[in-house]
Amino acid sequence: MKEIGTIARHTISVIVDNEAGVLARVTGLFSGRGYNIESLTVAEVDHTGTRSRITVVTSGTRMVIEQIKAQLDRLVPVHKVADLTIDGTFVSRDMALVKVSGSGERRVEALRIADTFRARTVDASVNSFIFELTGSTEKIDAFVELMADLGLVEVARTGAVALSRGPSGL
Amino acid sequence: MTATTTIPATGRAKEKADDAPILSGAQMILRALTELGVEVVFGYPGGAVLPIYDEIFKQDKIKHILVRHEQAAAHAAEGYARTTGKPGVVLVTSGPGATNAVTGLTDALLDSIPIICLTGQVARHLIGNDAFQEADTVGITRPCTKHNYLVKDTERLPDIIHEAFYVGTNGRPGPVVIDLPKDVQIEKAPYRRSGQRGEHRTYRPQLDGDELALREAAAALARAERPIVYSGGGIINAGPEASELLAEFTRLIGAPITNTLMGLGAYPASDKQFLGMLGMHGTWEANHAMHDCDVMLAVGARFDDRVTGRVDAFSPGSTKIQVDIDLSSINKNVPVDIPIIADAGRALKRLIEIWHEEGYAKSQPDLAPWWAQIEHWRTKKCLSYKDSDEVILPQKSLERLAHFTKGKDAIFSTEVGQHQMWAAQFLGFDKPNRWLTSGGLGTMGYGLPAAIGAQIAYPDRLVIDVSGEASFQMNMQELGTIAQYELPVKIFIMNNEYMGMVRQWQDLSYDGRRSHSYSESLPDFVKLAEAYGIKGIVVEDPAKLDEAILEMINHDGPVLMDCRVAKIENCFPMVPAGAAHNEMLLAGDVIGKPKDDDALAVV
Repeated sequence: MKEIGTIARHTISVIVDNEAGVLARVTGLFSGRGYNIESLTVAEVDHTGTRSRITVVTSGTRMVIEQIKAQLDRLVPVHKVADLTIDGTFVSRDMALVKVSGSGERRVEALRIADTFRARTVDASVNSFIFELTGSTEKIDAFVELMADLGLVEVARTGAVALSRGPSGL
Repeated sequence: MTATTTIPATGRAKEKADDAPILSGAQMILRALTELGVEVVFGYPGGAVLPIYDEIFKQDKIKHILVRHEQAAAHAAEGYARTTGKPGVVLVTSGPGATNAVTGLTDALLDSIPIICLTGQVARHLIGNDAFQEADTVGITRPCTKHNYLVKDTERLPDIIHEAFYVGTNGRPGPVVIDLPKDVQIEKAPYRRSGQRGEHRTYRPQLDGDELALREAAAALARAERPIVYSGGGIINAGPEASELLAEFTRLIGAPITNTLMGLGAYPASDKQFLGMLGMHGTWEANHAMHDCDVMLAVGARFDDRVTGRVDAFSPGSTKIQVDIDLSSINKNVPVDIPIIADAGRALKRLIEIWHEEGYAKSQPDLAPWWAQIEHWRTKKCLSYKDSDEVILPQKSLERLAHFTKGKDAIFSTEVGQHQMWAAQFLGFDKPNRWLTSGGLGTMGYGLPAAIGAQIAYPDRLVIDVSGEASFQMNMQELGTIAQYELPVKIFIMNNEYMGMVRQWQDLSYDGRRSHSYSESLPDFVKLAEAYGIKGIVVEDPAKLDEAILEMINHDGPVLMDCRVAKIENCFPMVPAGAAHNEMLLAGDVIGKPKDDDALAVV
């Protein structure tokens, strides 16, 4: 199908039965139908251990996003699908661990920037730090970019988790 | 996502909280299938399903049909399901048994056919060890089933089997796999259902359409000057009543109707409002009417690329109403103005009621100009062909076959290719559940096993597999199944010594370079039939065609007929690759090569 319309990024929440293979069903759907995954997070979210919440950030035209939601919704272990991007405002957070190595002025500068970003230092050696940073995807992108010139060694990120604002839930 | 757990459930199995019978997994399977009303299983034994086969041996409620290849088991189950409306059941072993069934599962997924496939699996403690005949069946079949299960806990078996049938047959039907480790089949546990019946905890298809949307749809149809009904396989899946409601509503609104390949038989082909099949090899009148209509009612049809042709030129000016039970079918290929998520039968019933309530019959515009236009298109006689005294034309052979089977309520299956399209054009179905074809996946080798499934369901009906010599060879081992069960299936091979559709495309798009499309080294089909104790007939002379067809139909038993037809006949009408509906080619048109590589890339 020829793409018509603008491509937009959507954050989609999916409540699934916490059973073997459910993540493979979701990721297989995206790869099999050629949809894009920008990030995907999944973890158990109820105390009985029967349900998990998947947060997937994807992008596509309106028709593609509609298809993604419809395709997700018809998977048997899926309870609910919500498009946070169109359902209202929402809070989205990504966490990153960022390892930086260096000494002297570069080390001090890294620490100063980390402070500005309200990153926590969770590991330190004489010539390295690991910073823990939580925030929007854009904030983490900006932080990682700044660290690139200050001895960035590696980054681990969780991908986005998100909830809609206000009193109601999925 | 989680690693395979191998905690045995033996401790729990010994508790006797109630009087639930203690059964082995294999016994549970047979019991659950019996509860679900299963009468026939199509299968092939092997190491990982021996406990189930042993239980089959000990009972006589469920009949087992031994196929000669697991792919055929799946297609036979499809044929059974499509003719009866009940789910078809398949039983195969682990590893190659399961992988051989994959084509049939994918076929059933694309055509929304309910089949339940039980696959053997290696014992739980061996899973992941590359054990003998081990395959990751749930992994392999995840994208080609509606849902699948790996049973790790024997106590869950009764619920899983019942749930699998629920999922397979409700909503948009489809194939479901239940993977059964061998030790689960042997282990004993209480046979107990958890009480969840009728409704699934997550899977609840919407059956009744939104009232406002239905009213809007009826109003749009009532205002239409050039309405059309376009119905597909979903109508067949919704049951024979849905087909009757479709006919009732179509007659009520007086609109022309076209069926997709999968939807043939839902509306009587002999009726004057029927325009024939639409799409790539659809009729001139159906495709033009779709292109020029002002309101389109799509019911149980999914705007497949074979139907739409070039999407951006598909029925450009129309208001599109789509009734489908699957939300993901809406707005997938073509934007729809009035979507209705519903069971086709229920939606049609409500549309009929609204039509009467609102008295739309009185306010409807005059459709005479629209019908005059359609009659004009019909004068093209787009299915006409040049007959010959020297050679049997494939179209002619089907016209005669249709003629001699008229009134016999025959069931036809097909393979895939030119013969399939000609069969769709010429056979003419007045009732649903009599037409078995591989529409979505286009599986050569589908027709013979599908015919077997239909014949098992209806032993006394006339079942004919319309075939090509190339497709036939893809599952011809099933002659053994036909012989074993003395199934009176008629196999009508339209033998043109080519993979005709491949050859046609090569001639049209690749300057006639017939790369590997010639059927070299064909067997003597009569001798082949006779080797299985089946009657073989060969006919080459057009003057003897009628006699040969009658001999085939009247023979009390299976027949393999080698009908030698014209070798280089093309299937028309044809919407060429990358073209719009109103750019169809007819027999005799000068055929140019596709305009560009984009068009060539459209298969």
